[in-house]
Amino acid sequence: MAVIRDVMPAFELLQPSSIVDAQKLLQQQGRDAWVLAGGMDSFDWLKDRIKKPKVVVDLSGIAELKGIRATSDGIEIGAMTTLTEVVQHPVIKEKFKVLAESAELVASPQIRNQGTLGGNVSQDARCWYYRAGWPCYRADGNICYADTPEGRNREHAILHAERCVAVNPSDTAPALIALDAKFVIRTSKGERVIDAEDYFVGPDIDITSLHVLKPGELLTAIRIPSAWAGAQFYFEKVRDRNVWDFPLLNVASAMVVSNGTIERIRIAVNGAAARPLRLKAVEDAVRGKAANAATGTMAGKLAVEGAVPLQFNAYKIPLMRNLVKRAIGGVEEATWTS
Amino acid sequence: MSEESVKKESQPAKAPERVYGVGHKLIGKDYPTPDLYAKVTGLAKYAEDYHADGMLFCKLLLSPLPHARVKHIDTRAALAMPGVKAILMADELPPPADSLTDNGTVIKANLKSERALTMEPLYQGEPILAVAAVDELTAAEAIEQIRIDFEPLPFVIDPLETLRPGGPNPRLEGNIWVQAPAPSAAPGAPPPNPPPPTIGELKWTKEDFANAKEGQLPMGKVPGEWSYGDLDPGFKNAALVLDETFVTPDTSHQTLETRTAMAYWQNGKVHVFTGTQSTAQTVPAIARWLNIDPSNVVLISEYTGGGFGSKITGGVTLVIPALLSKKVNAPVMMRISREEETFIGRARPSLMGRMKVGFSKEGRVIALDMFVISNNGPYDANGDVPSSGRIVSLLYQCEAMRWRGATILTNTPPRSAQSSPGGMQGIAIMEPIIAKAARKLGLDQVAIRRINCPEGKAPVGPVMKSDGKRPHATSAFLKEALDRGAEQFKWNERVARTPKRSGTKVRGVGVSLSCYVGGSIGFDGLLVITPEGRVRFQSGIGNLGTEAVMDVHRAGAEVLGVPWEKCDITWGDTAKNFPYTCVSGGSQTTHAMTRAAYATAMDAKKKLQEIAAKSLGGKPENYEVANERVFRKGGGAGMTLGQAAAKAIQLGGVYDGHEPSADLNKLTKASMAALAGQGLIAAAKDNYPRDGQTYSYVASFAEVEVDVETGKYYIVDFLAYADVGSVIHPRALGGQVLGRSVLGMGHTLGQKWVYDPHYGAMLSTRFYQNKPPTILDVPVNMQWAALDIPDPETPVGARGVGEPPVGGGCASILNALSDALGDEIFRRAPVNADTILTSLEAGRPMQHPLMAHI
Repeated sequence: MAVIRDVMPAFELLQPSSIVDAQKLLQQQGRDAWVLAGGMDSFDWLKDRIKKPKVVVDLSGIAELKGIRATSDGIEIGAMTTLTEVVQHPVIKEKFKVLAESAELVASPQIRNQGTLGGNVSQDARCWYYRAGWPCYRADGNICYADTPEGRNREHAILHAERCVAVNPSDTAPALIALDAKFVIRTSKGERVIDAEDYFVGPDIDITSLHVLKPGELLTAIRIPSAWAGAQFYFEKVRDRNVWDFPLLNVASAMVVSNGTIERIRIAVNGAAARPLRLKAVEDAVRGKAANAATGTMAGKLAVEGAVPLQFNAYKIPLMRNLVKRAIGGVEEATWTS
Repeated sequence: MSEESVKKESQPAKAPERVYGVGHKLIGKDYPTPDLYAKVTGLAKYAEDYHADGMLFCKLLLSPLPHARVKHIDTRAALAMPGVKAILMADELPPPADSLTDNGTVIKANLKSERALTMEPLYQGEPILAVAAVDELTAAEAIEQIRIDFEPLPFVIDPLETLRPGGPNPRLEGNIWVQAPAPSAAPGAPPPNPPPPTIGELKWTKEDFANAKEGQLPMGKVPGEWSYGDLDPGFKNAALVLDETFVTPDTSHQTLETRTAMAYWQNGKVHVFTGTQSTAQTVPAIARWLNIDPSNVVLISEYTGGGFGSKITGGVTLVIPALLSKKVNAPVMMRISREEETFIGRARPSLMGRMKVGFSKEGRVIALDMFVISNNGPYDANGDVPSSGRIVSLLYQCEAMRWRGATILTNTPPRSAQSSPGGMQGIAIMEPIIAKAARKLGLDQVAIRRINCPEGKAPVGPVMKSDGKRPHATSAFLKEALDRGAEQFKWNERVARTPKRSGTKVRGVGVSLSCYVGGSIGFDGLLVITPEGRVRFQSGIGNLGTEAVMDVHRAGAEVLGVPWEKCDITWGDTAKNFPYTCVSGGSQTTHAMTRAAYATAMDAKKKLQEIAAKSLGGKPENYEVANERVFRKGGGAGMTLGQAAAKAIQLGGVYDGHEPSADLNKLTKASMAALAGQGLIAAAKDNYPRDGQTYSYVASFAEVEVDVETGKYYIVDFLAYADVGSVIHPRALGGQVLGRSVLGMGHTLGQKWVYDPHYGAMLSTRFYQNKPPTILDVPVNMQWAALDIPDPETPVGARGVGEPPVGGGCASILNALSDALGDEIFRRAPVNADTILTSLEAGRPMQHPLMAHI
């Protein structure tokens, strides 16, 4: 049968007003339901008629999913809080700046006004074969088109590829890993809280999803503990265009430095693999070392050990090496006078 | 870097205030255009905003394969769906019509040209059929119920692949167009037109491919060739000879308004609502596509959301709603989605170029051997390949030059002219070589361009058979633009500044010459002076965003001495009677139509003087026209324009439009006949002489900052200094100079196609994948200026501007990058972090220039 894109299909729209109702609806509909947050990822899928859910559960009417609240140990951000609110929130700007910086570099102002933090971390891969509806591994097929002799893979994975070479495109995900954030998930059995890095999965675990949510489950909030409040942060995203572009790579780090020595550190990169990578080996290697360029250089080299380039993405290896170096050793800034 | 810090970094000094149009009241002055309010408030109606009673919607079924034959189509399930009204297929299209030239000769239709629908798709995304239904959702669901069986056919995406011995052909007959010469003329008859081109096959030899070194474009036999001067002594005596290969990207036009069209039939006439660059000239195109008489076509196109060459006379797909409308006897709207526009919306062809250039030690280009091939897509040959040679010959005034080229067909979407077709690519291929030569010869980048750039009646292209001479430009003041631009940009200060590298950042400055054609001649103007004393300009120009549709008439109002507030402009609906007007393509409108407006205003002035003499006595030359009156010179009897218009109606004949001048085009005469009796009607053909071909020029300056650890770069500063003749409307001119510079920058900054060559499928179908530049990719405070020196070969002095800035926008950034990073980084555009980082790592260019679409 012929294929047509760019026309939104018909579906039943359900608009619950509470988390309990939303979870129940998702439970009832199972695999037929599509969870709609800000829509910035969903509408592409729906308009292209590649995903044709029977039911769309729109979370925008659930007040308890929105807003940023202080907790006994840090803050809690509702999953439906917009990226713009995250960028502008005074506590996030003051104490968890790496998150504000990463959120500010997502897409464009219009998309940040509509897109949510929960949506940003739960978005699907942007591999151009997968997004165009090619029947690849990630779409339950049995081939990776990007990893073929003539496949185009400039924006694909250099690490942990397993049949599929797509990458996770989220900018906020590595920042949340650096902050040791906790993801709150509502299931039929109640609430489950997991570490940020455990929210994301690679193709070795699940080749059809970038995250752990199962049908009937809902990400409700992201908690940021105070352990890293006010730490020394670094975030950098490299993209082709200065706005409205996914990362070629990004890096986020949080360091506690005392007398020039790295006491504690968390660091993550995204755009290198199907999940944002927490670089534990790097963390272990630099802990106790001087927070300087030499340590950064060592860390950069360590970070890309085992990286395997595809035909068109070898640049990601020096790029990741340099971003990790800068996250730890800092950037040698220009001192132009004009 | 956050968006905020991008803005902060690029805040150069404010440009000096320029005063344009000295000595004029309207020419060279800013004014609010009559369409401004509607545009900024959203009241403006684009094609999609029109609705008609009982309107249906249609959707297209696009080919999933790059080349195939449709074996069988089963539409029964689709037609059985409630709400589905009709399906249109290729065999229901009218046969392609021949066209008639103004001198009565016939141009035979090319039966191998593109049509709106096909049973042998030649590219992925080519429309096969259309479904009309009560709404778009129904139409889309119906398309999903259609079963099509295809027979896949050989296909090719890369022009070099089809040129290889035994390489696949994109069409069953071959891979190039072959043009037979025109037959000789019968005695006393106008010369006949050449027959339609046929498709032939061009293959290069194994040796041709083997002779090219790594990264070099192979050079086999090509059908196009011209030369002038003697290359051998040039190369022999050259202080420096460079032989470089460079490849430019395929770039979609990506107009914000897609080629949406709505149509219905009324009393035998088809009414078409669509965006087009040209209003009057789209009528004959629609008539030809529908094979009906132009008098049965009404086109409504008040606003067009961008064209850049992709909608010179609308798009051929507009016949789909027109034919469906006829079939179901109801209005049909065809909204083109972004996905569809990506395939059918036209694109600039990539050029693969190789240039061998000999320089004197002073940097003069003494010999140039240029070889280019283009990736044309499957249909009509575009002029980019020949145009690239002409523009390079003009812009660098090469002492001896050979140009060779071929337009190669492939199974990729159809190309069309895109702002500076061929010029942009020729400049992008040549400029990095000039920059490299300057570095090797120890010359300043502005100085080397200064000694090569055209001046005055500069020669262009090869010797013409007709007169044995090389044609020349009407004028060129590019040296002045280069000098003034260098001064305003503080070129010398920027070059002298040290260090070039600080921390991980390197800065580089680049300059580029740029030019393109800037005007045609011989069109008509038409205006009405009403008994109420208002002047109504009948504007057949398209409202494509340049404001030429309004601006050119300021030249007419200035001649008549009428305040602009007393002028009205009729535009956007061909039922409202327009004169024979140029197409708005090739940057010709401002030049062509200010000439026509000037001629028409002179005709009005003459008629006013004659009416005054008839009414008040004396001779016409005793009267002058000013201050909304025609009156005796030195004071005395006179009449208002309104009174003169009333008198014109009384007099009839030549004065109120009943007797048109014989040299007017038949379209103008028909419009005059419809307007006759409404007032004083003036119409005139532009018969002014012109010595030379009209071109406009730009000197472009840029500074970039590159982070060598990430490969990311920012354009820190940009200036375009234009030589476009007299300035008509500064604000619109600035919009064109900078807007088209940005169009050019996109080719360096990342705009491209990504194709999977194994499947012949485009992967970059969305903006975030094909990456047109955004407003944050260019400096916040870009600058422009214009010389405002009138062109001596046109009465108003104005030349066109749309296309000339494009090549400079692209090449000034390329040159700034090589100034920052050296000559061993890139060999094709766009240039991004991947290219920069891998080449910096390896210390040599790491991307094969001939492997595109990645």
